[in-house]
Amino acid sequence: MNKYIEGFKRYGIYAVLALLVVFFSIMSDTFLVPNNLFNVARQVSMLGIAAVGMAFVLLLGGIDLSIGSQITLVNIVAAYLMVNSGWNPIIASIVAILMSTTIGLFNGWIIANLKMPPIIVTLSMLIMIEGVAYVISKGLPIFGFPESFSYLGQGYIGVIPIPVIIMIIILLIGMYILNYSYFGRYFYAVGGNEEASNLSGINVKRVKYLVYSFSGLFAGIAGIVMLSRTNSGQVLSGKGFELDVLTACVLGGVSVTGGYGRISNVVAGVLILGVLSNGLVLMNVSQFTQMIIKGAVLMLAVAFDSIQKNKKAVTTL
Amino acid sequence: MNSSQILLELKNIVKTYPGVKALDDVTLKVQKGEVHGLVGENGAGKSTLIKTCTGAVIPDSGKIIIDGEAFSSMTPKLAEDKGLAVIYQEFNLVGELSVAENIFLGRAIRKGTSIDNKAMEAESRKIFEQFNIDIDPRKLVSELTVGYQQLVEIAKAISQNANLLIMDEPSAPLTKKEADRLYSLVKKLQESGVTIIYISHRMEEIFKLSDRVTVMRDGMKVDTLKTSETNMNALVKLMVGRELKETYPKREKCIRDDIVLELENVSGNGVKNISLSIKKGEVLGLAGLIGAGRTELAEVIFGAKPIVKGTMKLNGKVIVPKTPRDAIDAGVALVPEDRKKQGLLLEVDIKGNISISILNRISKWFTVNKSKEKEIANHYKEAIRIKTPNLEQKIKNLSGGNQQKAIIAKWLASEPDLIILDEPTRGIDVGAKYEIYKLINTLVEEGKAILMISSEMEEVMGMSDRIIVLSEGKIRGELPREQFDQEAIMSYASIIQMEE
Repeated sequence: MNKYIEGFKRYGIYAVLALLVVFFSIMSDTFLVPNNLFNVARQVSMLGIAAVGMAFVLLLGGIDLSIGSQITLVNIVAAYLMVNSGWNPIIASIVAILMSTTIGLFNGWIIANLKMPPIIVTLSMLIMIEGVAYVISKGLPIFGFPESFSYLGQGYIGVIPIPVIIMIIILLIGMYILNYSYFGRYFYAVGGNEEASNLSGINVKRVKYLVYSFSGLFAGIAGIVMLSRTNSGQVLSGKGFELDVLTACVLGGVSVTGGYGRISNVVAGVLILGVLSNGLVLMNVSQFTQMIIKGAVLMLAVAFDSIQKNKKAVTTL
Repeated sequence: MNSSQILLELKNIVKTYPGVKALDDVTLKVQKGEVHGLVGENGAGKSTLIKTCTGAVIPDSGKIIIDGEAFSSMTPKLAEDKGLAVIYQEFNLVGELSVAENIFLGRAIRKGTSIDNKAMEAESRKIFEQFNIDIDPRKLVSELTVGYQQLVEIAKAISQNANLLIMDEPSAPLTKKEADRLYSLVKKLQESGVTIIYISHRMEEIFKLSDRVTVMRDGMKVDTLKTSETNMNALVKLMVGRELKETYPKREKCIRDDIVLELENVSGNGVKNISLSIKKGEVLGLAGLIGAGRTELAEVIFGAKPIVKGTMKLNGKVIVPKTPRDAIDAGVALVPEDRKKQGLLLEVDIKGNISISILNRISKWFTVNKSKEKEIANHYKEAIRIKTPNLEQKIKNLSGGNQQKAIIAKWLASEPDLIILDEPTRGIDVGAKYEIYKLINTLVEEGKAILMISSEMEEVMGMSDRIIVLSEGKIRGELPREQFDQEAIMSYASIIQMEE
């Protein structure tokens, strides 16, 4: 019996996902068709990519609010380099991704060395880099990329959209890091007990640098995918994206206080958000109503988790 | 026994958790006005039993009878109404409020719409005077030491007219002096008619304070005895279900000639000019009062705090550990003082806790060799007998003693030459303590050097080959085993020199 409860706690989020899928299949004829499902997957690909970085940061007990504006800046910088400087798209993309990785590293450095709260550090960073994006672009969209660049965001390999393939690769990398690499274990350790980690010989600062760099790296990759899909670098492209990413992670059961979470469930969180948006659109629910529903879903998911935890707290006391 | 004399009766209480029977048909009768000791090893069910009285745990079956009134389960509010108060190990105080505000928290005395601080302070003062406690009710709780905070908790219970006070290991965090003050308070409370259930690991205080004592083991009540009609050995025997022949297991002298650790005039982190050496197979005890610099010295040796001056040699080689990693790689291990805060990764499984400090060694291309990890964890689980059905269990599910063993396992896995044990048996029960002692013996017999810090005088004397006494960060005295003497250690430990 206990086993089933554990199992439900572990995979319950997939039950929620399945329920949603069943619900929308009943409510709309166009939902459960391969084309639409690929559509959902493509829509969530950027979310899924960035969520891996956010999940790492949350595991560590931190948060990265600068993800959305990093995506914006990557959009603007890569677009600027390709259009205004005439760079090769691949090199422009790599430079932009390296830039966001460095921003992440800088976040990590400040958090580790100045011992400032991550929420403040990354919030300041959010504001700053949004400003930088405005300065570079003067607030205007940048477009006119080489033809080849749009392949990344809009092309297919076989029937599978390339962004989905990139997302799957990043998710697999995320799982590998958390489940098989030794430094992934350090994320859990530092997030669970920083002092014990330090006394176990873990270089806590270095772990923080690494985690925030990963967050920047994945945000950068998500940014490039987004740019290739929209074919236009815009200052609002990543606005508020960090909140969607955070929602997906929390839906996926990553503890916001650190030390607990798994990528396999974050995937479910990402898919729930995607299915919700898509299904509600198919049902002709207005965008504003969608916001209400998404907010409610987030609160319900966390409430469920908290109730579970509180129950546990009482029984183990 | 006349039933009107019974203030609290727990009748046939059963509480089952998945896989464990935490309370198995426990019946406990507490007489009016007595101090009732409650003893048992960790995990015996004492805390769970207490929690059924306050509603924190709902029993599966059984009755809680207070003053003749029977309940199938309690709530915190009901417990308070019936005059029942618990002093837990973690206090329910608000640090940023004054003592008086804490005592009247949630029931503030009002004057019109505002809070009448004067009246609350006066009331608090009255209670403190009645029990001879010297606390200024206007002080902030966060400014008080743990000992005084506990007194505030007790005063709070008294102000609520509690007539049954349950104290869960109240002396555990206290210094000797504070504990003595607590004992006299318990006596005074009893004189004023309060009934007390006193949970403790410390046998001396059970015999000092209690009228009767109940022994629990494995979720069952073993017996309730008149304290005056039993003795320490008999109680311990009931607690562990077997007789402990000796508190400290014997070991053959196994000190070898090679020096493992050598410190020359080491200063830093509050310790000054420390020179000492430890040989292979030796247990060096580090004695001293709290704040004498013992833990601070351990941190320096382990690279957690920098050496400011002096040299440190390990196996003859000079090393300057800048981080714990440096020290670990050089062959030093530290089993820290505060297991929960500094040692355990609670949400991680036992295996992961054991391997955490050697993950880099058993990894290739960043990838942990999981079969090797399991093999190592299993090896130490067997070697030091960690009691657990499997290693994938989260470590928070283990008892205190087994958690401590897992932490030791973690450090053995790093194959150290020097093991620093900081309060290795704090908060673990008698049986587990004995096993830790045996383990220490095995380790030195294998040639490890051990630096053991302990605040329990008997433990340092029982386990060490040699004792160094610190005070104010300096070495004040050194005693070979033949000269071990409690008074000598105490007098060294209390050397205080005023320095300008």
